[in-house]
Amino acid sequence: MEKTNVQAVHDTLLEEFRRDERVMILGEDVGKRGGVFRVTEGFSEEFGTDRVLDTPLAESSIVGVAIGLALAGMRPIAEMQFADFSTPAFDQIVQEAARIRYRSNGQWGVPMVVRMPWGGGVRGGFYHSQSLEAFYAHVPGLKVVAPSTPRDITGMLRSAIRDEDPVIFLEHKATYRGVKGEVPEGDWTIPLGTAEVKREGTDITVFAYGLMLHHCLRAAEALAADGISAAVVDVRSLRPLDAATIVREARKTGKCLVVYEDNRLFGAGAEIAALIAEEAFDDLDAPVMRIGGPEAPAMPFNKPQEDAFMPSPELIGDKMRALAAY
Amino acid sequence: MWLIRAFEESVSELVGTGEVVGLVHVSIGQEASAVGVCDVLEARDRVYSGHRAHGHVLARGADPAAVMAELMGKAAGLCGGKGGSMHLVDVAHGVLEATGVVGGTIPLALGTALALRETEPGAVAVVFFGDGAVQTGYFHESLNIAALWKLPVLLVCENNGYAEFTPRSAHTPVERVTRHAETYGVDARTVDGNDVVAIREAASALVAPLRSGGGPALLECLTYRMRGHYEGDPAKYREASEVAEWKAKDPVRRFASGAVATGELSAEDAAACEAAARRAVAAAVSAARSAPFPAASALTEDVGG
Repeated sequence: MEKTNVQAVHDTLLEEFRRDERVMILGEDVGKRGGVFRVTEGFSEEFGTDRVLDTPLAESSIVGVAIGLALAGMRPIAEMQFADFSTPAFDQIVQEAARIRYRSNGQWGVPMVVRMPWGGGVRGGFYHSQSLEAFYAHVPGLKVVAPSTPRDITGMLRSAIRDEDPVIFLEHKATYRGVKGEVPEGDWTIPLGTAEVKREGTDITVFAYGLMLHHCLRAAEALAADGISAAVVDVRSLRPLDAATIVREARKTGKCLVVYEDNRLFGAGAEIAALIAEEAFDDLDAPVMRIGGPEAPAMPFNKPQEDAFMPSPELIGDKMRALAAY
Repeated sequence: MWLIRAFEESVSELVGTGEVVGLVHVSIGQEASAVGVCDVLEARDRVYSGHRAHGHVLARGADPAAVMAELMGKAAGLCGGKGGSMHLVDVAHGVLEATGVVGGTIPLALGTALALRETEPGAVAVVFFGDGAVQTGYFHESLNIAALWKLPVLLVCENNGYAEFTPRSAHTPVERVTRHAETYGVDARTVDGNDVVAIREAASALVAPLRSGGGPALLECLTYRMRGHYEGDPAKYREASEVAEWKAKDPVRRFASGAVATGELSAEDAAACEAAARRAVAAAVSAARSAPFPAASALTEDVGG
């Protein structure tokens, strides 16, 4: 059936709660309020407050408690109300959750999902707009995924909840209600660590995830009218990074563009570009190009500056044309 | 207590000879809290610790040879030699995690207590930490949540008066950790942390309600670190008189001489216990010494994500 991204999050969580009674969620306002994005609406009524826990506004403890739950056999989902608020939990995520399997020499893992609504373009200002994926994707021991279609969210959230290790599950806020799509029936999953070609093309290849994926698809559509054929690859998993798919698709056209809204310097797109440069060099016909966020410490609230911060389909289209003409 | 004392005196010597390297924090002088608390725990209970964890792990029944091997970085160590002194994990004995980040395991114990309440009613979670951790956000966030959710968790503060190299007075105006418990309505006791019997009694009294739906509780053990913060720390920030005063309250000797004085233990049996502990540690050192290091190629195994 067709649904929005936020509906896909809600429905998948609901199914997983019904499938496995070890699944729990804890976070700010997730109980009676149903979360600020309503993804747990009705959960506390159906599953009770033992499995749907409203917490104090203390992210480090939300994640810390979730780790302790996971170490005692539960399948906790820790909700960060906004990814921006996950920084107080950074210590627990990076220092504890990511390392427990390694430090315990495999005795012990942390089957926990940390959900984080992320990204800009929603007039959220400094602390409701951030892209933090590079911080987490830097850490071995974590899995970091950013699916942005209802089908991908469904398949990857199922995989994340059933995974034996901690998964950072990023949900782009601007796609919550803005992106709709078909979700097949049945209990299928999409493996974490897989990219997917969302649009085939022969002239250039564009790599993106989150809201930028949809901007790139729109830009590619506009370019088709001008006779430029652009492939679009949804990276959708940053750790593990699907190097095989990325390199294979890069080789096909030899002209690659990586688009991400996080700060361009040291962002996930830099890793993708480096991977292509290292592994597909012989097949490249142009330097790997990137579009990323500006050198501003956070997203301004006012519209002109927020618009300037976010790569637009038009800006992406211009870069794609330049790459095709290279 | 003898085992922990003998183990850590041996560790201290091995640091001196270079057989144990790295940052090593021993709990000589503080053994009573590990033993007094763990003695009232059951196999189903779960324990968390911090950077000064040798005593807690041994008190839970970990194999001294596996702990020693871990401190030497050997493959036979509790964590395959990956963790070393500060990061002991022994799932088989219910020690789920110890961390080098002060206060970092306190919220984990809450989560485990929350799960145990549903899955193994009657079991409890315990977390050991020092007075330095009491000034972290973790302690205060966790005390609030544990009280709010009435979790079966026992928070054990080994209050040795020093956070790393600096006395408590430089860290907080609040002298008694139990004062914080009052704020949140948490059942709490302060005990002589060098009196293992008193600790056992207090722990028993605090744990009993946790097993029948109550909680949380906080136990503050007033004790002293006979060594520096880490092995090699000359600890010149302390007065000799202060050290001497606490040396006279040595928890191991105090328990032994007390038990001998009351006739509960003969002097011969006391000596035999101590000798047995030293033999066990010598065997552990010998086994750890001859054990191989892990292969460098195993560096990226057991990573997970």
